[in-house]
Amino acid sequence: MHLVLKQPSVLPGFGLTLGFTLFYFSLIVLIPLSGLFVKTSSMSWEQFWDIVTNPRAIASYQLTFGASLAGALINGVFGSIIAWVLVRYRFPGRSLVDALVDLPFALPTAVAGITLTSIYASNGWIGRYLEPLGIKVAFTPLGVLVALTFIGLPFVVRTVQPVLQDLDKEVEEAATTLGANRWQTFRAVIVPELWPALLTGIAMAFARAVGEYGSVIFIAGNMPMKSEITPLLIMTKLEQYDYAGATTLGVVMLVTSFVLALMINILQWWSGARHMNQ
Amino acid sequence: MNSVTIATDTDLQWKDSLTTESSLVRWVLIGTAFLYLTLFLFVPLIAIFTEALKHGLSSYVDSFLNDDALAAIRLTLLVAAVAVPMNALFGVAAAWAIAKFEFVGKQALITLIDMPLAVSPVISGLIYVLLFGAQSWLGPWLAEHDIKIIFALPGIVLATIFVTVPFVARELIPLMQSQGREEEEAAITLGASGWQTFTRVTLPNIKWSLLYGVILCNARAMGEFGAVSVVSGHIRGLTNTMPLHVEILYNEYNAVSAFGVASLLTLLAIVTLSAKALIERKAASHNRRNIQA
Repeated sequence: MHLVLKQPSVLPGFGLTLGFTLFYFSLIVLIPLSGLFVKTSSMSWEQFWDIVTNPRAIASYQLTFGASLAGALINGVFGSIIAWVLVRYRFPGRSLVDALVDLPFALPTAVAGITLTSIYASNGWIGRYLEPLGIKVAFTPLGVLVALTFIGLPFVVRTVQPVLQDLDKEVEEAATTLGANRWQTFRAVIVPELWPALLTGIAMAFARAVGEYGSVIFIAGNMPMKSEITPLLIMTKLEQYDYAGATTLGVVMLVTSFVLALMINILQWWSGARHMNQ
Repeated sequence: MNSVTIATDTDLQWKDSLTTESSLVRWVLIGTAFLYLTLFLFVPLIAIFTEALKHGLSSYVDSFLNDDALAAIRLTLLVAAVAVPMNALFGVAAAWAIAKFEFVGKQALITLIDMPLAVSPVISGLIYVLLFGAQSWLGPWLAEHDIKIIFALPGIVLATIFVTVPFVARELIPLMQSQGREEEEAAITLGASGWQTFTRVTLPNIKWSLLYGVILCNARAMGEFGAVSVVSGHIRGLTNTMPLHVEILYNEYNAVSAFGVASLLTLLAIVTLSAKALIERKAASHNRRNIQA
């Protein structure tokens, strides 16, 4: 263990804690995850590609990624507004709202799923007002969008909020004193500061939505080719004992998640580096 | 004297007006935020309890005081009682190694620990089915020795541990990194043992973050649906956790009972959020005191 230590230390427990960390993490996470790749490597390339490009699978990617992106962008707009309102304005109930923003994160996904379904069903509290307008939410792709927007809500707010809090008001004051109006100050001074955090938040909401299962399956209707998300398709294949199919789609999703996680890391590093420069 | 005060006040007001919007813009923004939060947060939250109490208090209580629901509650508590302490231990060990020592591959390890958060819950369950299921190469051996992992308690515990691995670690690592190691080094130099140093120096410094990590970890462990759904097999009274029980009831068109059990999970979420707010306040005052001292 002394070989990996870059600096000698008087503190004890390095071998014990790092050893336990690596052992536990390998056993629980790394070995089981690598099993997914081992399983796919026993398949031929044609077999693999056939499953990946099956029309039903492609329809599920389009819905999963399309709805996730749309939900993340909606949260990009409204999440920024919520963060702005929470940081800049004082109004009754502010601290309650601030605490509740994390609800989609803390609420079990199955609970979110059945609740959104009952609200947006044609006889639900919100669904009944949308029905006469010809808008059906529950059991359509639009329902998937609603669920994915719900679960992505905290991410943008919680990444933009601290940056707004740390923003130096003097720069804004200077801009105004130099003759900029509020909108010009916002665009030229505030937006450039928020941009990296906003992108990070949107990417995090998107990544979370892509893998989401629990809150979607109740409201989606789950019709193949129409309202079936990729995680559900994996579940269906598993229930039919189609392990090759489930594993293949699992690898596709896993690789996508890793690429997204890498992008988020780079984005965070970028916004962190900008903060350092100030 | 008076005139000076007044001048400062107008000064401040003038300065404030430089960095706020007109009240029209302000109220439009607050209104927009409230409308969005009403649609996506307030209405769902009220709906859960309204649906659960639709047929009165006694049928609400009945929804979770029956054998199947109680079995689900017991299983959920049991799974959390195993998964949360193990991940708390992992979190403390990982944070100690990462924050107190400089070693090769440290940054990679920090990134790696967050990995389970990026994985779809369905995949978190799938990997254990591939490893321990009847079709896996361990499957025949497990069957021969009558060891049940998939569609049984061990599988549910494993999937839950996987999903909640990072929660304690990601709270502790940044905090302990920012606290540095001078205090621990002083304790060791003065002759304290490693364990004494940890319990008397480190633990008091990290207790609020540790508690918060444990609470988050617990909320996710009790509420996990996708991963557990894959490995559980949905056997009533046996391998049904609370979220899975909610699903079964809902699919049987027993909405009142489904929302009844769901309301318990919602209360757990509300307790979690309240604890978060409380601990953030505690930690802030703790930090202030430390800075003053």
